[in-house]
Amino acid sequence: MNSTKSIDLPRLAAYCLTGKNQEETSIMEDLISKLRRDRVDKPVIYIGTGTCGYIAGAGRTMQATLNYLKEKEIDAEVVEVGCIGLCIHEPMVDIQMPGKRRISFSRVTEDKVESLLDEILNNSLPDSPVIGQYSHNNHEQWEGVKLLSEMAYFRMQNRIVLKNCGIINPFSIEEYIARGGYKSLTRALRNYSPDKVCEIVEDSGLRGRGGGGFPTGRKWKTALNAQDEQRFLICNGDESDPGAFMDRAIFEGDPHKLIEGVAISAYAINAGKAYIYVRAEYALALDRLRRAIDQATEAGLLGHNILGSGFSLTIQVREGAGAFVCGEETALISSIEGKRGTPRPKPPFPAIKGLFGKPTVVNNVETLANIPAIIENGPAWFASIGTEKSKGTKVFALAGKISITGLAEVSMGTSLKDLVYYVCGGVKNGKRLKAIQLGGPSGSCLPEKSLDVLIDYEALLEAGTIMGSGGLVVMDEDTCMVDIAKFFTDFLQRESCGKCIPCREGSRRMHEILENITRRPVNESGYETLERFKGVMQLENLADVIKDTSLCGLGQTAPNPLLSALKHFREEFEEHIFDRKCRAGVCKDLKVYYIDVEKCTGCTACAKKCPTNAIIGSPRTPHFIIEDKCIGCGICFDVCKFVAVFVK
Amino acid sequence: MNFPIEVNNKTIIARKGETILEALDRNGINVPTLCHMPDLYPTGSCRMCVVEVEGKPNLITSCSYPVEEWMKIKTHSPRVVNARKTNVELLLSNHPDDCLYCERNGNCELQSFAEQLNIRERRFTGKKNKYKSDPSGSSIIRDPAKCILCGRCVRTCDEIIGASTLGFIGRGNKTIIGPSFNKQLNLSSCITCGQCIMACPTGALHEKRHSTDLQNALHHKETHVVIQLSPSVGVSLAEEFGIKAGKDFSGLINAALRKTGFDKVFDTSFSADLYIMELAAEMESRLKNNGVLPMFSSDCPAWIKYMEQWHPEIIPYVSVCKSPQQMLGAVITNHYTKTYHINPDHLYTVSAMPCTAKKFEAQREQMTHKGISDVDAVLTTRELAQFIRLNGIDLQQNETEHADFPFHIRSSAGKLMAVPGGLTESLIRTLHFRLTGKDISNFKINELRISKDYKEVKIKIGDYKLGFAAVSSVKHANQLIEEIKAGRNDIHFIEVMACPGGCVGGGGQPIVKDAGAIKARTKAIYDIDDKDPIKVSYKNPAIVELYRDFLGEPNGEMSTKLLHTSYKKRDVPL
Repeated sequence: MNSTKSIDLPRLAAYCLTGKNQEETSIMEDLISKLRRDRVDKPVIYIGTGTCGYIAGAGRTMQATLNYLKEKEIDAEVVEVGCIGLCIHEPMVDIQMPGKRRISFSRVTEDKVESLLDEILNNSLPDSPVIGQYSHNNHEQWEGVKLLSEMAYFRMQNRIVLKNCGIINPFSIEEYIARGGYKSLTRALRNYSPDKVCEIVEDSGLRGRGGGGFPTGRKWKTALNAQDEQRFLICNGDESDPGAFMDRAIFEGDPHKLIEGVAISAYAINAGKAYIYVRAEYALALDRLRRAIDQATEAGLLGHNILGSGFSLTIQVREGAGAFVCGEETALISSIEGKRGTPRPKPPFPAIKGLFGKPTVVNNVETLANIPAIIENGPAWFASIGTEKSKGTKVFALAGKISITGLAEVSMGTSLKDLVYYVCGGVKNGKRLKAIQLGGPSGSCLPEKSLDVLIDYEALLEAGTIMGSGGLVVMDEDTCMVDIAKFFTDFLQRESCGKCIPCREGSRRMHEILENITRRPVNESGYETLERFKGVMQLENLADVIKDTSLCGLGQTAPNPLLSALKHFREEFEEHIFDRKCRAGVCKDLKVYYIDVEKCTGCTACAKKCPTNAIIGSPRTPHFIIEDKCIGCGICFDVCKFVAVFVK
Repeated sequence: MNFPIEVNNKTIIARKGETILEALDRNGINVPTLCHMPDLYPTGSCRMCVVEVEGKPNLITSCSYPVEEWMKIKTHSPRVVNARKTNVELLLSNHPDDCLYCERNGNCELQSFAEQLNIRERRFTGKKNKYKSDPSGSSIIRDPAKCILCGRCVRTCDEIIGASTLGFIGRGNKTIIGPSFNKQLNLSSCITCGQCIMACPTGALHEKRHSTDLQNALHHKETHVVIQLSPSVGVSLAEEFGIKAGKDFSGLINAALRKTGFDKVFDTSFSADLYIMELAAEMESRLKNNGVLPMFSSDCPAWIKYMEQWHPEIIPYVSVCKSPQQMLGAVITNHYTKTYHINPDHLYTVSAMPCTAKKFEAQREQMTHKGISDVDAVLTTRELAQFIRLNGIDLQQNETEHADFPFHIRSSAGKLMAVPGGLTESLIRTLHFRLTGKDISNFKINELRISKDYKEVKIKIGDYKLGFAAVSSVKHANQLIEEIKAGRNDIHFIEVMACPGGCVGGGGQPIVKDAGAIKARTKAIYDIDDKDPIKVSYKNPAIVELYRDFLGEPNGEMSTKLLHTSYKKRDVPL
């Protein structure tokens, strides 16, 4: 797997980064073309082993592949790669035969390995579902296989951050260097002062990809100009939004790009120590990241006096203990300091007074992964992508009822509609789109009619949502918006750190009110009904106060899912409250079951199974359901052999 | 630098670098606060001090936000008041609502907020967290159900005292405050100083009552009930009856206590003199016999518990003298009962203390004799006030009375033990006499009277050049121990009090809003020392008599048996 281990890393790094040694040119160029897979001598089998791959069975696929090669005594190279973004196709296997183009296959589970390899290693196209083939001028094309670049999914993307993800071996710093990696770091260290790097990033218009959208270059300048002898850089990889996995893909698929970005940023703010804060649940990401840091240190790209520039940097990986709130920068800092992860009031901002009281820049993974490309291509290039105020690209993690679940990186200014319908193929199973939830649990949902909005910090804000970190959940007509609001509110009230009153108490009360309206009022007294209505009456005021007075972003945005659902789908809430009905049929408690007198044979099967004795009737005569006793469990519906039970 | 800002459409002058809250305070505009603690870094957790600042999308906390020149602030706009009100209602929605059964009924910040904000309707009802109260501690009872998580106890315990017992546990709505791993308080590292009670806005923390059996004991025919009154209770008890701090009311209290039915009312200041006599003798012996130095004081039981937990290695350095409360307890049981032919089985000894740790001290194994404690019940100042009220006695409708013979006379040195640095001053007076045979010429040592938590003074007594340190908070004691371990040797005596402000600011004192109360109590003590004719313990005639008739000499055989104690290492979780 680590076939490149034998290569002399310092020699390669020296050749690629610090000036070409003419004598070595031919050997090195040959090596580089091999590392770039421009030329392969034996079949190369790439297996997607990101977390998404492993979950789909990539581990077993790999084992089956290795067994196959051993058994048949075939000399082939097996390479682990990260996720290219098409999580729906995992476990993905790519194969590159000598002289031929790399070709991708979808869902190669272990049982399909043998038939696939049997065919392809004999240079014939197997039956397995092909996703497409890569473009390469010098490689022979597979007949009848479309180009990946022609797929809407790839065509409409603009991959800067994800450029290498799923393509290169994340365990190999050599591959990264051969593809031009660490050149930007070298350039920054050799040609630019820290001031200049800040200026380039500021000119590029890059803004924080964690959701806040604060201009990155300006943040760096503040920290650089803060009067202190020590500064810190923190890379925030505590990606905890349900349904967001952009950072994970970078950690797992292209860790060196992030490390290069961290190193450049640390140089720009003159920080000798950087922390990468990764949630502990990302075991695979942590492993790959740590290995990558070791490799970079070995290559002299981290550590003392990097590339002879006089700049030294150590990167420490810190594991988060699984608190959502630690994605908030001050809580994250507190966590790194070894304290309870709770936010503190700002100002002072971390850029002035952060980790251990020193100026600290906290940047998101995606933000930092953009840096090498900006240094490489210049600020003007980056600023040419996107809209007037939002530059560059944004990676979205698409989940929910969508045809292609996975990652997509699109230029700013692309419409949400294009992203959902064209890049990701629209709603699954031909259903109608109801809403999308953007920006994770603290984001807002947008109804279908608002999908024309462009991806742009300000435009999204105007449309009533936020960019967030890039989680995008697609919901179809079978989704209950009250249930969704309840789900996110529940998530946030559980993840509240418990420090400030509005978030701690308010979000719990908000969740309870939502629970009350989705619950069937069994044995409810008049007083309780009144309380329930009183709760509903307070819902909006409560949400406003939570938004207005909470300490950190978690609380300030906690009412967003509810408020946006209320804004766009008020009639659904009213149905739940007044008619006690859930149109999507999601809120089980609100389902009411009836027995069709014509069809009921009086077999008593339902009455026997009913857990609350809500069904009455004598044998061989039609039965009835007592509505007040029914808890809507649906057992009668399931046991009836005569389709006499129906839902209204 | 000063500049004008606009507040509620009027201009006020703000200073650069201060917070909005400070600017408002100085200009007489009152913004409610809950988690705010002066001199500590703002945590911004309660959101009560929010104000509306033009140009800011959200309300901002005035306690943490620095004031800026462009600011236009509204402190009581409908939006702000609604936010405060809703937040208090949210607290109430998760509160047991049993005010009538609560320790702090009538003196509760949550009650005041509800009243101020005119909360008259229950808008939010929800599931309440049901937590059980923890009565395991010897001094302090913790009732998490009443806790509103303002965090003041946590910060007091950690940042002011340095014991770091309390902390936040759990997340979100399930957050509670408790000792490590949410264990019971008796198993924790709690030093029982009670400052958390003083910090608590509600009844979530309060002392363990010792006053419940008292009424029965007082009205029991055979039982002989005596009470001892701590030097600092005299200057603080009156505040519970609405009298402003600043005077010693011991005389009135003596009279009131006799009315409630105590057979004898003794003065702990007397045994404070006794403590100083013993301490000075021990100090002299350590100095002359090359004993281990520095010597640490032993009168604060919270400090003793802290020391046993975290620094058992310094046990030989700590004075072996029992605290004044326990000395008097021992003398009462062993001498008073014999002299006055009282059956010790019928004796019930009560002490009124400014302190919760004294409840713990009275139950220390080393303080018991055949399993029976020398002091049966320890009341805090608050409990004593409540007890006086229970018996229907109006404190001010009394004539000043003296304490009872034979433990009735005190020197002002004994009274000085109520304030930080006071013990050191008193000790120096007696030590001077012991080492030189002469009275000290200058009684007042100004270095020990400044209002700081850490004080030091170097004094030459006879041939000895001695360094004295007085610290109030175990945080400073800990620091000093580290310094001494690192080789510091210019300090010979260290007075440690766990509470900032010493006994007058103890954990059993009245919980009052007046920020200047502790200063006023301290001043009252110093006033006594200025006016009193007897300023040294060795001239207290009652002490002289006690040594003549019973104890022999300080540090003698009888003293060692009755007035000295021992310590042992304690294992507690971090």
